Amino acid sequence: MLTFTRRRLAAVAVVAATALLGTTACGGGDDAAADGPITLTVDVFGQFGYADLYQEYMASHPGVKIVERGTGGNLDEYSPKLTQWLAAGKGAGDVVAIEEGLLVEYKANPQNFVNLLDHGAADLKGNFLDWKWNQGLTADGKQLIGLGTDVGGMAMCYRTDLFAKAGLPTDREAVSKLWPTWQDYIKVGEQFTAKKTGASFLDAATNTFNTILLQTAGNSSGYSYYDTSNNLVVGSNPAVKQAYDTTMDIIDSGLSGKYGSWSEEWVSAFKQSKFATIACPAWMTGVIEGNAGAAAKGKWDIAQIPGNGGNWGGSFLAVPKQSKHQAEAIELAKFLTSAKGQIGAFKAKGPLPSSPQALEDPAIIDSKNAYFSEAPVGKIFAEGAKSLKPVYMGPKNQAVRTEVENAVRSVELGKRSPEQGWSDAVANAEKAAAK
Amino acid sequence: MAVQLDARPPVAPAPRPTRPGLGNRLSRLDTKYSPYLFIAPFFLLFGVFGAYPLAYTFWVSLHDWDLLGAEHPYIGFDNYTQLLADSDFWHSVVNTLGIFVISTVPQLLAALWLANLLNRQLRARTTWRMAVLIPNVTSTAAVAIVFAVLFGREFGMINWLLDHVGISAIDWKANRFAAWVAISTMVDWRWTGYNALIFLAAMQAIPRDLYESAAIDGAGRARQFWSITVPLLKPTIIFAVIISTIGGLQLFTEPRMFNSGTNAIRGGPLRESQTVTMYMFENAFAPHYNFGYGSAVAWLLFALIAVVAAINVLLLRRLGGGSRKEVSR
Repeated sequence: MLTFTRRRLAAVAVVAATALLGTTACGGGDDAAADGPITLTVDVFGQFGYADLYQEYMASHPGVKIVERGTGGNLDEYSPKLTQWLAAGKGAGDVVAIEEGLLVEYKANPQNFVNLLDHGAADLKGNFLDWKWNQGLTADGKQLIGLGTDVGGMAMCYRTDLFAKAGLPTDREAVSKLWPTWQDYIKVGEQFTAKKTGASFLDAATNTFNTILLQTAGNSSGYSYYDTSNNLVVGSNPAVKQAYDTTMDIIDSGLSGKYGSWSEEWVSAFKQSKFATIACPAWMTGVIEGNAGAAAKGKWDIAQIPGNGGNWGGSFLAVPKQSKHQAEAIELAKFLTSAKGQIGAFKAKGPLPSSPQALEDPAIIDSKNAYFSEAPVGKIFAEGAKSLKPVYMGPKNQAVRTEVENAVRSVELGKRSPEQGWSDAVANAEKAAAK
Repeated sequence: MAVQLDARPPVAPAPRPTRPGLGNRLSRLDTKYSPYLFIAPFFLLFGVFGAYPLAYTFWVSLHDWDLLGAEHPYIGFDNYTQLLADSDFWHSVVNTLGIFVISTVPQLLAALWLANLLNRQLRARTTWRMAVLIPNVTSTAAVAIVFAVLFGREFGMINWLLDHVGISAIDWKANRFAAWVAISTMVDWRWTGYNALIFLAAMQAIPRDLYESAAIDGAGRARQFWSITVPLLKPTIIFAVIISTIGGLQLFTEPRMFNSGTNAIRGGPLRESQTVTMYMFENAFAPHYNFGYGSAVAWLLFALIAVVAAINVLLLRRLGGGSRKEVSR
C-alpha cells in the first residue's frame, strides 16, 4: 500500500516536473522586483558606440541598469532575430536598433512598436534632419516608430601605406583630387593594380555597387529599386542600370579583391592589408577599425567619395510594444538619440549624427579620428550631411537588394557574364518582390 | 526447427479471492496503468515539442503568413503549388541530395571499416574507441567555422596545401561541386566515428564461434567480413542509414556556417551550397519573412525524408536479402 502510493506519487511528480520544466523554460526576461532597479536591454548590431553614454545614464538614473546585446554583430544575423522576437511577442530588448533598409518592413506592421508620438516625441522633431524624422513615420504619418540615430554620409577610406607602395599620393587632399568621378577612380585603380603591390584596389564589388547606386539614385530620382508608389523598377530605373554598368567596369578592370562583404575572408583581408580602398559611410569607420585592428592604426586615411555625396544606411531606435518598461525605455531612447547622445556615439565609434544641432557642434566639426591618421572626420562627414539626399526604400527593399547584389557578385566571381548578371538581377528581383 | 515456446500445460484457474481488498484492487490498477504513466513524459514532451509543431506548421503552410503581419489569410494549397514550380527550391533539393550522397556513402563505408579495425585485438583499445568519438562531441558551429576557414579561397590551408602539390587554388564556396565536397568533409569528420561506434557495438554481439568455424573452413579476414559481419550487421546498418538520411537531408549548421558574410543563408551568390533547410529559413525569416511559404518547404522536406528513407531501406533489404539465409544455415 505504502509502496504503491510512493510509486504513484513519483510518477505524478515526474509528469508534473516535466510540465513545469516546459513552462519555465520559456520564461526568462527580467525578474526584477517591482520596486527594485529595472534592467533595460538595448539590442544593437555593429558598433553604436553607446558604452560611455550608458554609464552616464545609469549614474543619473540609479534605478536603471542597462545591458547591451549584439555589439559587433552582423546586421544580417540581427534582423531575423529581431523579427522573430517581435513575431513571438517575447524576447526583444526594451530599446531596439533598426537599420533604415529594414525599417520599411517594420513600418508596414506598426502594431509591434510603441507610438513615440504618444509619448511626447513630437516636440523632438527639430532635433533631427527632416528626412530622417520622416523616415521614422508610418505612411499615414500617425505613428512614429523610431528616433533617428545616425546617417550614412559617404567618403572613401584608403590605405596610405599601399598607396605609397604603388607610387600614388598619400595626402588626403591630393587623393580626393585623383577621383572626381567613378571613371577617374577606376583609372587610379588601374594604375594601382599595374604596380603589383600584392593587394587589390577595393574589397568587393557589391559594396561599391551599393555606394554608387545610392549616390546616383539620391542625385536623380530619389529612389532605387522601388519608386515612391512602391512599384518595382529594378529593370527600368536608369540609376540602377548606371550603377550596375559602372560596377561592371570596375570588375572588368580587375580592381576587386572579391572578398564577399562581411565574410570571414573579408575580415581576414582587412587584417592582412589585402585591399587599398573601401567605400565608407561614416559608420564604416568603426567597422574598419574593428576589423583591421590596432596593427593598422595610422595606416588608414579618408578622402572624398568619387561622384557626389550619397547616403548609405543609418539607423533608428524603437521601443517594442512587448517591453515591460516602455516609459523608461522611451526615456533612454530619447537620451541616446539626443544631440548629446549622438555626439557621444560619434566620438566613440564614428556613426554620423542625424541631429542638425549635433552636426553643427564644434565637438563634431573639429573632431579628428586618431585611427585614420588624424583625419578630420567631422569636417569630411558632417559638412555634407545636412545636404544629404535620402533614397526612398520600398516594401521588400532588403530582399530585392539581396538579389541584385548577388547578381553583381556572380559576375565578380566570373560565374556570369555582365549581361547574364543583369537579366538575373531583374528576374530574381521580381521573384523576390512577389514572395 | 520450429519450437513452440508458448505452449503450456493446461493449468486449473486459480481460485478467485472472495473479497478483493482495497489494496488489492489498487495494486491491480497500478500494474495496469502505471506503465502508461511512466512512459507518459516522453509522449507529453513529444506532443508538445514534436506533434504540435508539426501540425501547427501544416496549419501555417495553408496561410499567407507574414511573420510580422497582424492578419494571416487562408490560401489553401497555394504555397505548395508555388513551391513545386519554384526552381530555387528544386535547386536546394539537388544540393541537399548531392551533399547527402557525397557525405553518407563514404561515411558509412569508412565507419564500417573503422569499426572492423576497432573490433580487433588492439593495444589501448578503449583509448582508440573513445578517440573516434571526439569529433562528435565538439560543437558543430565551432567545427564548421574552423572548416570554413580551412576551405578559404585565399587564406585557407587546404588551398595552401594544394598549391604545394601544384594544384591551383579552388574557390570552394563559389564552385557548386567543390562546396558540396567541402561540406561533406565536415559532416564526415563529425559523424564517421559515431557510426563506427554503433557498428562496433553491433559487431561485438556477433558470436565468436561463427568466425572460428569460418576460419576453420578456410575463410580469410575479408571473406569473414563480407559473409558474416556485414549480413549480421544489417539491422544496424539500416538504422544508421535512416538516421544519416534524416540528419543528412536536414543539414543546416555546416553549410550555413560554411558561408559567411551578407546573406549567408543563400549558400553563395548562385545558391551553390544552399540546402533545403537553408531555403526554408531564407523564406520563413530574413529576407522574406514569409512564414507560410517556409512552412510549406518544411513539409515538403518531411515528405522528401520519408521517401528517401523508404528507398534506402528497400535497397538495403534487397542487397542483403540473399546472404542472410546462407549464414543462418
